[in-house]
Amino acid sequence: MQKSISKYLTKNTEAAPLAVFRILFGVMMLLSIIRFWSNGWIQKLYLEPDFHFTYYGFSWVQPLGNFTYVIFGICALAALGIALGYRYKWSVLLFFLSFTYIELMDKTTYLNHYYFISCLAFLMLFLEGGAYFSLDSYRRKQTFTHIPKWNIDSIKLLLGIVYFYAGLAKLNSDWLLRAMPLKIWLPSKYDLPLLGNLMQQEWVHYSFSWFGAIYDLSIPFLLLYKPTRKLGFVLVVIFHVLTRVLFPIGMFPYIMIVSALIFFDAGFHQKIIHFLRKSFRLKTLATTERVSKMSSKPALMAVGVFFVIQLLLPWRYLAYPGELFWTEEGYRFSWRVMLMEKAGYAQFKVVDEQTGKNFYVDNSDFLTPFQEKQMSTQPDFILEYAQYLAAHFSAQGHKNLAVYVESYVALNGRLSQPFIDPNVNLLDEPRSFKPKTFILPFDDTIQGL
Amino acid sequence: MKKIISVFTLIALVSFMSCTSDSTDDSGQGQTDQFDRSAMLVNWADNIIIPSYEGFDVEAKALNAAAAAFVATPDASTLGTLRTAWESAYFSFQNVELFDIGKAEELRYSYRLNTYPTNATEITSAVESGNYDLALPSAVDAQGFPALDYLLFGLGDSDAEVLAFYTTDVNAENYKKYLSDVTGSIEQLTATVLADWKNSFRGSFVSNTSSSASGSVDKLANDYIFYYEKLLRAGKVGIPAGIFSNEVLPQTVEAYYKEDLSKALLLEALNATQNFFNGKAYKGSATGASFKAYLDYLNTIKNGSDLSSLINAQFDAARAKANALNSSFVVQIETNNNALLETYNELQRNTILMKIDMLQALDINVDYVDADGD
Repeated sequence: MQKSISKYLTKNTEAAPLAVFRILFGVMMLLSIIRFWSNGWIQKLYLEPDFHFTYYGFSWVQPLGNFTYVIFGICALAALGIALGYRYKWSVLLFFLSFTYIELMDKTTYLNHYYFISCLAFLMLFLEGGAYFSLDSYRRKQTFTHIPKWNIDSIKLLLGIVYFYAGLAKLNSDWLLRAMPLKIWLPSKYDLPLLGNLMQQEWVHYSFSWFGAIYDLSIPFLLLYKPTRKLGFVLVVIFHVLTRVLFPIGMFPYIMIVSALIFFDAGFHQKIIHFLRKSFRLKTLATTERVSKMSSKPALMAVGVFFVIQLLLPWRYLAYPGELFWTEEGYRFSWRVMLMEKAGYAQFKVVDEQTGKNFYVDNSDFLTPFQEKQMSTQPDFILEYAQYLAAHFSAQGHKNLAVYVESYVALNGRLSQPFIDPNVNLLDEPRSFKPKTFILPFDDTIQGL
Repeated sequence: MKKIISVFTLIALVSFMSCTSDSTDDSGQGQTDQFDRSAMLVNWADNIIIPSYEGFDVEAKALNAAAAAFVATPDASTLGTLRTAWESAYFSFQNVELFDIGKAEELRYSYRLNTYPTNATEITSAVESGNYDLALPSAVDAQGFPALDYLLFGLGDSDAEVLAFYTTDVNAENYKKYLSDVTGSIEQLTATVLADWKNSFRGSFVSNTSSSASGSVDKLANDYIFYYEKLLRAGKVGIPAGIFSNEVLPQTVEAYYKEDLSKALLLEALNATQNFFNGKAYKGSATGASFKAYLDYLNTIKNGSDLSSLINAQFDAARAKANALNSSFVVQIETNNNALLETYNELQRNTILMKIDMLQALDINVDYVDADGD
């Protein structure tokens, strides 16, 4: 066993697929940041709100006023550096740090695909992305045509985990037996050309649900197995185009489509590089060496630990009581994509415990509509906000404060029901990863994973 | 090479398809499903919104005419006529306040006509200096019906005291001018909004059946719920009852100076809101396509709870509570604020049913958020 592992780790493969991946990834990230900036989202999401929801343990990560633009600028330059293969490792490190910092600033904007980018960037720290067809090799006057095989396999593995776990998450009764939430989302796309009427049909909702689950579970294998690879890629394109047409998911479909190219043979990537060489009239370097240096032990360890975490983290929800979709304890960072339609309403009551006097808070005084929407369905947001309110009002001179919330949530088309225990003073509940006992039980059952 | 070309063709196709989907956001073509949103928009515009504005337009003109008569000969009789016209117009206004869309939104119509409590100090200084511009955002709480409430009922305890401000007071001329300017602006703003609906806005409103956030259904649904939650539930009941403050706030009651009108105004607004939900024609009994019909249609797909019945039942429950209140909420707050709080609680339940359950069923975002999802 150990022998075969160490034998595997010494195997080499052509560097071209990783070089192409690096270029496309860098370009996609650069475009994403330009798009984000030009949509005015830096201002709107990070500078306008007075208050930001933080990840537990990362409350020190905050937007830095106008310097926030500099962070995005650094992130964009680092993405360009990755694309060009300029000081590859430093570019990746800078990109990973700046991008992750941006994502940690406010969890309101959490998206699985942002997390995916952070994961990918972390992994790329340990890969020989600058070995071939890069400014690095031009500067060194030395290019490596081969790299350790695990470099490319690790990207395939990460993509495989994302798809497969997303598929597993769909194996539940809401998705498969009730066709929820697609049954809510699809009918509202009545004005799509050609598809508008189809979107009203129940069989379409079920077909989309089942196809989506089967697609996610099988796509890694279709892409790995050579005879089905082309079919797999065509399915990748169709699937992501469809999601792009139906839902507002930004750059994610394109990122997944270009990422899936990593599964193709080196010959295909050589052709792309050849094409780029010809279009940009790039010279081929005279001195080439076959293999870049051996992978270092710490790097291999880090990648190993990273994948163990990747495989286990999505299962942490099993350690929590209650329905995952309801409590969302262990929901994030698990490739649970588009699984829920959840809407909520939370009204906070600030009480002076001594006099019994109380008043309700107008959430729009403190939160943007986007923040309020996210807050009202997620217990960790509700708790953090309650504590922020207490800090705000005690600074105003209010004393003996207690904060209660009356909240209702509707999940996947069920009638709304009370969400948080209205008799619990949220100031008595510390932020932690422990099960949140103030969440009221969900009065229905969702079967499955 | 062939492989590369086919891959890039595919990617180009993606981009093309996605762009197509972007560009369809504002057109309303290609829908052929069983629920006709266009018919709903037509029903809203032709049977509810425009007739409501027409009804109110008549009242606004009568109010301005009564003000002119009073200014010409300020006496007990013209004051009485003016007060009746104000009351009648204020009722009628409850039927249009919820349609904060198009020209009304642009002109901040509902804010200019009904921001209360009115700012008596600001009105007094504006009158005395003769220096004011009602179109300024800062003047929003010194005009409209609440300002008239103060000018017609709040200047003195007796009719004679009120009349004195328009006859013997050193600033009598200024008071008369201010009064006329306020009623004049109500008439003129209403005429502008109505004309816009009739001339051009109706067409674009009715044809904009897009499912995007800029579509008419999406926008009006948001406006409707905003009105219900902030202006009706909170403004008319919650804020005076002290829900959002440490103390009760009787001075924030609608029509505070007239006193005995607050309950009637609430009931009128509640009816208008429920009728709109059911697609009931203005001052008629015919119903057309509506939120109710839309929910019922979607429920045939979803087989969920009968949401429209729950919402109607909740409207009725709130009305029953409101009916039992004192005609003056100021009195109600002093004698038994709990009854007002109970009314608030019933209104609150419908906020949840409409804002969470109805919008989820219609797949409409509250206050459209422009960001990516996943």
